[in-house]
Amino acid sequence: MQHDDVLWDVIGNRQFCSYKVTTKTQNFCRNEYNITGLCNRSSCPLANSQYATIKEEKGQCFLYMKTIERAAFPSRMWERVKLSKNYEKALEQIDEHLIYWPRFIRHKCKQRFTKITQYLIRIRKLTLKRQRKLVPLSKKVERRESRREEKALIAAQLDNAIEKELLERLKQGTYEDIYNFPTHAFDKALQQQDEESETDSSEEEDEDVGQVEFVEDDEIDDSELSDFEAMDKLEDSGEEQEKSSDAEELEKETSTSKGKTPVKGLVRKKRPFVEIEYEQETEPSAKASST
Amino acid sequence: MRSLAGRWRRPPPGSGSGGVGLRPPGSGCGGGSAELSERSRGRLGVRKMVAEGKSRKRREPGGGAEGEPQPQPEPAAQPEVAFPPGFSVSEIKNKQRRQFMFQRWKRARRQEQLAARKKRRKEREALGDKAPPKPVPKTIENQRVYDETTVDPQDEEVAFDEATDEFSSYFNRESSPKILITTSDRPRGRTVRLCEQLAKVVPNAHVYYRKGLALKKIIPQCVARDFTDLLVINEDRKVPNGLIISHLPNGPTAHFKMSSVRLAKELKRKGTKGTKPTEHIPEVILNNFSTRLGHSIGRMFASLFPYDPQFIGRQVATFHNQRDYIFFRFHRYIFRNEKKVGLQELGPRFTLKLRSLQKGTFDSKYGEYEWVHKRHEMDTNRRKFHL
Repeated sequence: MQHDDVLWDVIGNRQFCSYKVTTKTQNFCRNEYNITGLCNRSSCPLANSQYATIKEEKGQCFLYMKTIERAAFPSRMWERVKLSKNYEKALEQIDEHLIYWPRFIRHKCKQRFTKITQYLIRIRKLTLKRQRKLVPLSKKVERRESRREEKALIAAQLDNAIEKELLERLKQGTYEDIYNFPTHAFDKALQQQDEESETDSSEEEDEDVGQVEFVEDDEIDDSELSDFEAMDKLEDSGEEQEKSSDAEELEKETSTSKGKTPVKGLVRKKRPFVEIEYEQETEPSAKASST
Repeated sequence: MRSLAGRWRRPPPGSGSGGVGLRPPGSGCGGGSAELSERSRGRLGVRKMVAEGKSRKRREPGGGAEGEPQPQPEPAAQPEVAFPPGFSVSEIKNKQRRQFMFQRWKRARRQEQLAARKKRRKEREALGDKAPPKPVPKTIENQRVYDETTVDPQDEEVAFDEATDEFSSYFNRESSPKILITTSDRPRGRTVRLCEQLAKVVPNAHVYYRKGLALKKIIPQCVARDFTDLLVINEDRKVPNGLIISHLPNGPTAHFKMSSVRLAKELKRKGTKGTKPTEHIPEVILNNFSTRLGHSIGRMFASLFPYDPQFIGRQVATFHNQRDYIFFRFHRYIFRNEKKVGLQELGPRFTLKLRSLQKGTFDSKYGEYEWVHKRHEMDTNRRKFHL
């Protein structure tokens, strides 16, 4: 006689069952033959000597049955029936095999079978659609590539490269006079100007020789020299302003005349200064030695 | 001051095996003896140097056992230490000592280098004009492994190939590009905006949403409607990360990894006046595509843009290849004078890395791949590039 109740008392309530999974609200049963997946007195395949399940293998559904007569022969305990692919026919098969079986098991078997067919249909539909292929990324490789990309970006010097390329194209004339600085003409103009200025300067030098010119005196007046430093400063500042403006004018003049004597720095009007000559007296050594 | 310090002095004459032999192993110092013996073992190499008559200052690790009495006091530190050949700092087992030695070694090396540099500079000045030219520094581009497929400009075979490949119709001005831009399923905001901006950058481009269609079904429809190129932007986790360019009648398909995507809004720019691309056809700059593979990719990029750029628009799209990374930029330029250009970045920017080039239109399973990036073969050499 099978002692289902004792078994259930032991494994379900008191002691350990290795298939039981406890959660906060419910207990699940991990046994592969369990029909509902929950850990119940009526769903436990160990605690029921008459039991049936539906299991699916590679798209094929099977009805598994266990009876008390075969309880002593574990290798022959589960009887397997292949169910038809047609849904209604399969239900009839279940009914036929589980005739006179408890209502609960029949009902749950049919429910399970329905669920299984539904998910098989979904699998078939999904495989026809496009699937997202997930490609695993290796963190090391990703990091390496991003590092190399940064270094390549620095080495590329993109702005310089683009500018260089554009200037090249300008030089080669791909823009065809859209822009107003065609380089050939400019260079030629520069060269011409250089030549002209050289010839001009040489001519002017020839001209200037021997000619008498009357030039303005320097702005320094003796009256402006004074002992008072403050007066000096005041007048100096005024003079400096004048001088700076004069210097600017001079600069402009000198800059425009290329080819004349090169002007280095600012040309300053001479400031008030006094030249002092020093004479060095060398004492005759004889005198020194005597005294 | 640890009395052990004296161990590092030259061993007194008459002690055959050196200081180690003097004290009985495992005795005397109690707790510190094990530590000591380790250190002595680790420093046997160093010991040799000591025997050669060089002395060095040892940093005190602090505390420790009272060792056996050592007669000589610790010597003063000497700045210049030469290491005998065959000795490597990494052989010292004690970390503190090893670090200290390494710093020493580094300092010595640094000084040697400075001295050498000064000497070289003096020689150079002394020679004046006759000095040999400065050596060119090595860069990765200099050291690049020569690729046998590098295109020689005068190569006739290459010219012939390019005259008869799938892009020849574009370069012969028989066809003008018409681009279809789409994404992978369910694109997110960034990808959508990138598509829109790309559509402005590339003239004659249309954006269509994917709606879950298979590419293999889209392609015949595109061909029927006279599209020349199909651009698919792949997205992962709300960020665009891949690009597929498929040249349509039956042209090659290139698959790129896209990274560093910056949309037009995210670029640093002053003001908002001239920051939108206009409808003018931009110029194209292709830099550094040197191998055969690079050439075909370059031609593919060029065929996205119409053949006659409108120079009035002053817009330029650049594909710059550096070490197998292709940088895309879209600028507006202005010539300030004949030696200076000003650039203003419009349009999005991103970086592409070629993953595979497949002959024929998109067919990932049965397509014939001309080139596939194989990481274990191609990533091993840091000086070898394929584009």
